[in-house]
Amino acid sequence: MTITVNGEKTSHEVEDRTLLVHHLRDVVGLTATNIGCDTSTCGSCTVLVNGESVKSCTVLAAQVDGDEVETLEGLAGDGGEMDAVQNAFQQKHALQCGFCTPGMVMAATSLLRENPDPTEEQVRMALKGNLCRCTGYHNIVQAILSAAEGIR
Amino acid sequence: MIPARFVYRRAGTAEEALSLLAEHGDDAKVIAGGHSLLPLMKLRLSVPEFLVDIGRVPDLSYIRGEDDHIAIGALTRYHDLEHSDLLAEELPLLANASGKVGDPQVRHRGTIGGSIAHGDSASDVPAVVLALDGVLVVSGPSGVREIPSGEFFRGPFETALEPDELLTEIRLPRPASPAWSFQKLTSRAIDWAIVAVVVQGESVALVNMGSTPLRATAVERALADGAAIPDAAAQAAEGTSPFADRNAGPDYRRHLARVLTRRALEEAATRAG
Repeated sequence: MTITVNGEKTSHEVEDRTLLVHHLRDVVGLTATNIGCDTSTCGSCTVLVNGESVKSCTVLAAQVDGDEVETLEGLAGDGGEMDAVQNAFQQKHALQCGFCTPGMVMAATSLLRENPDPTEEQVRMALKGNLCRCTGYHNIVQAILSAAEGIR
Repeated sequence: MIPARFVYRRAGTAEEALSLLAEHGDDAKVIAGGHSLLPLMKLRLSVPEFLVDIGRVPDLSYIRGEDDHIAIGALTRYHDLEHSDLLAEELPLLANASGKVGDPQVRHRGTIGGSIAHGDSASDVPAVVLALDGVLVVSGPSGVREIPSGEFFRGPFETALEPDELLTEIRLPRPASPAWSFQKLTSRAIDWAIVAVVVQGESVALVNMGSTPLRATAVERALADGAAIPDAAAQAAEGTSPFADRNAGPDYRRHLARVLTRRALEEAATRAG
């Protein structure tokens, strides 16, 4: 199968039952995408497929053959400088242990591309599929609102 | 968790999907978004030997206004139903219920046809289709047939679809009444409904009050006889057989059905003015 990951074309032979999250971590070698609950609940495995957020533990790699996939690794610029959402997460201290952070950032990226001017309520609804076990949602919401302001 | 071994084929067209199903139907499952099927496969609750991916079949994702109904392609995703201008205008019940399914990631993948063909009694959209007296359009080796939603849902994960058939379109009559409501209680933000209630006009349907989506016929009869909302809603659990799971027992589900039906009927009445 061939997928474009963070702008680069990658071709691999995959077993039919390989899940996208395993393909990204174990074959492509991008380990920012985390496996949390593994039951499509927690959102730690959130990546973008053709620009839309999905839970990569509930997608077969074969299903996205030919698609564009974006992971957290693709957000930073060539010089390693963080993008607006990552920067806002740092500025607003929007992470505690950090395990859920890649999924949160990708969910936020998907939201802001679709709706660059979200209300706080819309940000909270957009994070419905992303669980933080440290229960630090407040700063995450603030970071996304601040990133939206910066992007606008 | 990784599913058991299976053979995956992506169908380029509906015809190709049908011919793969003709060959492997008994051992095969159809996959589109996969958000109903893959979790079951990871738990080995479903172990198909063959997967037919129809996710890329062209021309099966649409929402169209026809003469007396709205036609929706089976591959239309929840996200598109939630944000459809046509549905917001003509069938807000479906847009609203679609926006309450799972979370944004799930709604980006899950399809209306997948949810209906899967036949989970905890799914929201099948009950919406049932309340609207929708019709399911199905293609098979001998052509196209139309199945009324009242005859479609047969048991837990069991529908009138034959193993060599494919659900292609959902036809929903344009509602005559502006009275609608969708009430859903979940234990966590993104969980399935413990119980949900759909109201459209004087039709009432229940989610998770038995092994299939159900019409609350006792409530509908009471409303037709002119009963007041609290009295009609009190009959919501009549004829149901709710089960117990980690969220709730049958008695709590019966209680919820009555409470949510009353709320739904009141909200619908407010909308109708």
